Amino acid sequence: MDIFLQQLINGVVLGAIYALVALGYTMVYGILGLINFAHGEVVMIGALVALTVIQLLVGSGIALPGPAIAALGLLVAMPVCMALGYAIERVAYRPLRGAPRLAPLITAIGVSILLQNVAMIVWGRQYHSFPALLPATPHQIGGATLNDLQIFIVLLAAAVMAALLAIVHRTRLGRAMRATAQNPEVAGLMGVNINTVISITFVIGSALAAVAGVMISAYYGVAHYFMGFMLGLKAFTAAVLGGIGNIAGAMLGGLLLGVIESLGAGYIGPLTGGFLGSHYQDVFAFLVLILVLVFRPSGLLGERVAERS
Amino acid sequence: MTGDWEKLKRDPRFVWPAFIALALLLLALPFVADWALGRAWVRIAAFVLLYVMLALGLNIVVGYAGLLDLGYVAFFAVGAYFYALLASPHFGVHLPFWLLLPLGAAVACVFGVLLGAPTLRLRGDYLAIVTLGFGEIIRIFLVNLNAPVNITNGPQGVNLIDPIRLGDFSLAQAHAFLGISFPTVYNYYYLFLALTLFVIFVSMRLEHSRIGRAWVAIREDEVAAAAMGINTRNVKLLAFAMGASFGGVSGGLFAGFQGFVSPESFTIIESIMILCMVVLGGMGHIPGVILGVVLLVILPEALRYLGPLQQWLIGRVLADPADLRLLVFGLALILVMLLRPSGMWPSQVRRRELSATGNPARNGPTSVRDAGE
Repeated sequence: MDIFLQQLINGVVLGAIYALVALGYTMVYGILGLINFAHGEVVMIGALVALTVIQLLVGSGIALPGPAIAALGLLVAMPVCMALGYAIERVAYRPLRGAPRLAPLITAIGVSILLQNVAMIVWGRQYHSFPALLPATPHQIGGATLNDLQIFIVLLAAAVMAALLAIVHRTRLGRAMRATAQNPEVAGLMGVNINTVISITFVIGSALAAVAGVMISAYYGVAHYFMGFMLGLKAFTAAVLGGIGNIAGAMLGGLLLGVIESLGAGYIGPLTGGFLGSHYQDVFAFLVLILVLVFRPSGLLGERVAERS
Repeated sequence: MTGDWEKLKRDPRFVWPAFIALALLLLALPFVADWALGRAWVRIAAFVLLYVMLALGLNIVVGYAGLLDLGYVAFFAVGAYFYALLASPHFGVHLPFWLLLPLGAAVACVFGVLLGAPTLRLRGDYLAIVTLGFGEIIRIFLVNLNAPVNITNGPQGVNLIDPIRLGDFSLAQAHAFLGISFPTVYNYYYLFLALTLFVIFVSMRLEHSRIGRAWVAIREDEVAAAAMGINTRNVKLLAFAMGASFGGVSGGLFAGFQGFVSPESFTIIESIMILCMVVLGGMGHIPGVILGVVLLVILPEALRYLGPLQQWLIGRVLADPADLRLLVFGLALILVMLLRPSGMWPSQVRRRELSATGNPARNGPTSVRDAGE
C-alpha cells in the first residue's frame, strides 16, 4: 500500500512536469500540424540558463533566500527560452511552411542537434548538480512521504496550466489561436495575423518549457546537456496519449504517463521475478506510445482522426 | 551546362572509358591510399563502403518512400549483435559467415516489420518519433540485458568476434596473390566493395521496379497513390523491411570487421549521422547518397585540423574538434533543407519536386511524366 501511494505521488509530480512540456508540443501541433522536435532542447536550455544564474547568485555572496534565487533563475530562463522559441520558428520552420512534410521535420532535427551541441560546448559534458534551494521538508501521508518541493511543483504546474487555459479560452489572442488551429486560411481572411499567432504559440510553449526545465532539474538535482532528448520523447508521448492538438489532453496525458511510468518502474522488478529492473523505466513511455498508436491513434481526448492530408 | 552533361552521360564513347577508369580507381584505391596517406586510410575507405550500404538502406525508406526513420541504427545494431552473439566465444557458438549474413538480414527485417506494422498506417510524423524511441529502446536493452541472464554482456559489449571467413579463406590473414601481398584491411575492403556494388545494383533495380514506382508515388501523394490501386500500407511496410534488412547486413559486416561490438556504437547520434548522409547528398539519388557518405566519413578527419587552427588563430583550443562534428551536422541539416532541399547532388526528378514553392503535389504539373526516366 505504502509503495503504491509513494509511487503514485512520485508519478503525479513527474506527470505535472511532463504535462508542461507536452503542452508545448500539442499547441504547436494543433496550429501547424508539425512536431517541434527541438522542444525538448528548449527545456534543456531553460534548465541550464537558470542553473548558471543560480550559481552566479549563490557565488556572489548576496544573502537571498533560496526560493528567491530559484525564482530569479526562472525569470531569466523564461525570456531566454521565449526568444529561442521565436528564433527557432522564424529560422527553421517559417521558410518551410507549405514545403513537403519531410523538410520541416529534418530541420527540426537539425535544430535539436545544433542546440544540444551548442549547450555541450557552453556547459560541458558533465552533469551539473542543481543546488537545493527550495525546502524539502518531508511530510508523512499514509506511509508515504511527500515533500514541500513536490507539492510546490504540482501547485505551480497547476497554476501555469490554469493561466494557459484562461488565455486560450478567455482572451482575444486565445480565440485567434483556436481559429488558426481550425483553419489558417479562413482565420487569415477574418483578420487574424497568422504569423503573429504562430510566433506567440511558440513563445508561450517555450516559456512553459523553461518552467518545466527548472522544475525537473530542481526535482532530480541535476542538469545535463542531453536531458532534453528523453524528456522531449516522453512529453511527446504524453501529448499523443491525451490526443495531440488538444490542450486538456496534454495535461491529462502528462499526468497519466508520469503515473504509469512511476508505477511501472516500482512494480516491474517484483512482477517479473527480478528479471527486469527499474532501469527499464524509459521503456514504458515508448510502450504506451505504441499501444496508443495501435488502439486509439486519436488519443484519449482527441476527436479528430490523426490523418490530415 | 546540365544539357551537355546529360548528353555526355548517354554517349558511349565517354561512358565506357569513364566506367573502366572508375573500376580501376576503386580496385587500386587501397594501394594508393596506403602509399600516399597511410594504412589508416584504407580502413577509412572500408568504412566508407560500409556506410554506403547502410545509407542506401535508409535511402530506400527516407528517399524513395518518404518515411522518416530516426532509429535506423537499431537495425544496424540488431545485425551486428546477431552476428556477434552467434560467432564469438560469448556463447561458444561459431556459425559461418555465409549463413549469418542472410539470417542477420532476415532478423533485422522482422524487427522492421514489428516496428512498422503498428505505425505505418499513421502519419509520417508519428513514424519519426516512434522510430526515434525504438532506436533508444534497443540500446537500453543492449545495455541492460546482462543480468540476471547474460545475453548481451551489457555495456562492455561482445568481443573476440570471429573474423569474416569465406570457406577456408580467412580475411583476418594477409594473403599473397600474383606476388602482391594483401594485408587484412585490404581483404575487407575488397569484400565490402563487392557487396557495396551488389547493394547499389539492388537499389538501382528497385528504384525502377514496380515497387520503386509505388514508393515514389506514396512519397508524392499517398491518397492519389492509394486511388491508383497501390496497397499503401503493405508497400510502405515493404520499404521499411527492405531498409531494415540492408541495415542488418551492414551490421553483420561491421561486427566481423571490428571484432567487437558495444551499445556505444548504436546511439541516436549514429542514426542522425546516417540520415545526414542521405539528406545532404540527395534523398533518393544513389550517387548523391554516396557523395554524402564520403563527405561525412571524411569530415571528422578534416575537422581534426581545426584544433591546431584555433590554437594558431586565438591562442587556445576553444572547442574540441570532436564536439564540433555534430554541431556541423546539425547546421548542415538546417541549411541544406532551407537552401537546397534536394541535397547537394539531387536526381533530376527530385530537384524539380522540391524546388517549387508550395506543395508540388498541388501546384501545377507533377513529375509523373519524368518518373520513368
